[in-house]
Amino acid sequence: MGSSYSALRLLREGLRGQRGWRPAWRSPKLRRAYDIVIVGAGGHGLATAYYLARNHGITNVAVLEKGWLGGGNTGRNTTVIRSNYYYPESCALYDLSLRLYEGLSRELNYNVMFSRRGMMILHHSEHEREIAARTVNAMRLNGVDAELLGRDEVRARAPLLNFGEDARHPILGAVWQGRAGTGRHDAVAWGYARAADRLGVEIVQNCEVTGFIVEGGTCKGVETSLGPVRAGRVGMAVAGHSSHLAAMAGFRLPLTSYALQAFVSEPLKPMLDCVVASPAHGVYISQSDKGGLVMGGALDRVPAYGQRGNLPVQEDVLGGLVDCFPAIARVGLLRQWAGIVDVSPDSSPILGPSPLPGLYLNCGWGTGGFKAIPAGGVLFAHILAQGAHHPISAPFDLTRFERGRLIDEGAASGIAH
Amino acid sequence: MQVYTCPFCGLRDEREFFFAGEAGAARPDTTGPVSDAEWAEYVHMRRNMLGRAREVWMHLTCGELFVMERDTLSARVLGSVALRGAPGGGEGADGAGSADDGPDGEGTP
Repeated sequence: MGSSYSALRLLREGLRGQRGWRPAWRSPKLRRAYDIVIVGAGGHGLATAYYLARNHGITNVAVLEKGWLGGGNTGRNTTVIRSNYYYPESCALYDLSLRLYEGLSRELNYNVMFSRRGMMILHHSEHEREIAARTVNAMRLNGVDAELLGRDEVRARAPLLNFGEDARHPILGAVWQGRAGTGRHDAVAWGYARAADRLGVEIVQNCEVTGFIVEGGTCKGVETSLGPVRAGRVGMAVAGHSSHLAAMAGFRLPLTSYALQAFVSEPLKPMLDCVVASPAHGVYISQSDKGGLVMGGALDRVPAYGQRGNLPVQEDVLGGLVDCFPAIARVGLLRQWAGIVDVSPDSSPILGPSPLPGLYLNCGWGTGGFKAIPAGGVLFAHILAQGAHHPISAPFDLTRFERGRLIDEGAASGIAH
Repeated sequence: MQVYTCPFCGLRDEREFFFAGEAGAARPDTTGPVSDAEWAEYVHMRRNMLGRAREVWMHLTCGELFVMERDTLSARVLGSVALRGAPGGGEGADGAGSADDGPDGEGTP
């Protein structure tokens, strides 16, 4: 396979007219059997394949994708990476992910452009400030960095926020996580795809899973648009379409699929160098390296599989952003889009065995799947390789809904999801 | 802006409506023992249909619950009927949806 990416290589190819680059991954023909088949070549599926090869030495793996890799929620999110959660189980999970992101560009030899620019979650009332202090304490107890900022400290970091007397929601302060930031979402998918491919994993695009091969009550593979494929174990990492696949396998999941919208503005000169979220306005915003403001807010409240998003939520989100940053009122929008997110009752993911033996679940990430890609990959690879939970994934088993042991992070990120 | 049909008020702006849940969820019969698994199935598990779905909605301005059939992929509204007497809707006024589904009541696409 092609050699590593480096500054020297870039220089050499530049001098040779860029003719020496090779495709970053192969396009292999689907074989009839693998040790492990992963459904869905998004961030989680590709990362799982990479860590199966890297951590467990299992390379006879196929990742099946009905469209193109990274074309679902991985290519549609707002690229925020953070671990500002409340419960110990969640902090263990999301901070593992953040730590893996910190070394990911080097690990994959692919620049995922992780920018540790910090994130603040604003609060606008005394009551919110009390909860913010509680969140900061919980995060610190869980070993995650957190600071409680006052109004002046917020103003120093983001002077364009609305500090006016007539602000709809006056700013009192913020919860700050300095290790949080943003990453290049496509690069995460491409980096994992290239690294997994180089270790021997086969990524097959335009291959839709249409059913499961079940023998003696156990999943033995999948039916696809390119024919049947047998597998020792099958993992699904298909986000918003998890319920659809579960129905093919004969069970239901505690998930509802909603459209989550996002927006990007025309490029502007640098005006915001951290991520800002405001629960009262129901919005969050950051500025990309290209200068576009990347913005999002709450879910559409209508169950949906159409990747469009509705107008009432657009109005709410954009109105809230203008309240937050009056200076952007006349900035033009470049694009609007939506991804289909699978929201669980406790806003926490589901990892582990499914009700069908041989089939394993990586789903329920809701609105926060991108930041969890490296941890989701490490843990799901462990589950698929060993057939058993990793200590960090165990609390997120599907059986928690029967046991009543939910991990309710509904309010943790400050955005209702 | 999309419009939905309230069976009582006719075509109205989508902002007037609230999604209350899937239609046809049958509450376990508590006159006998109910296992944790049965409760979890009722409380948490969802069909979450891709395509044709039957859902209980509330029209907030008139306060009535009703069953709406929608295509969750195209967002097209396929019909809406009063909850009372609807297949998969409840007979009681609590909107819990306790009646059995009709022959095509499972929302199969």
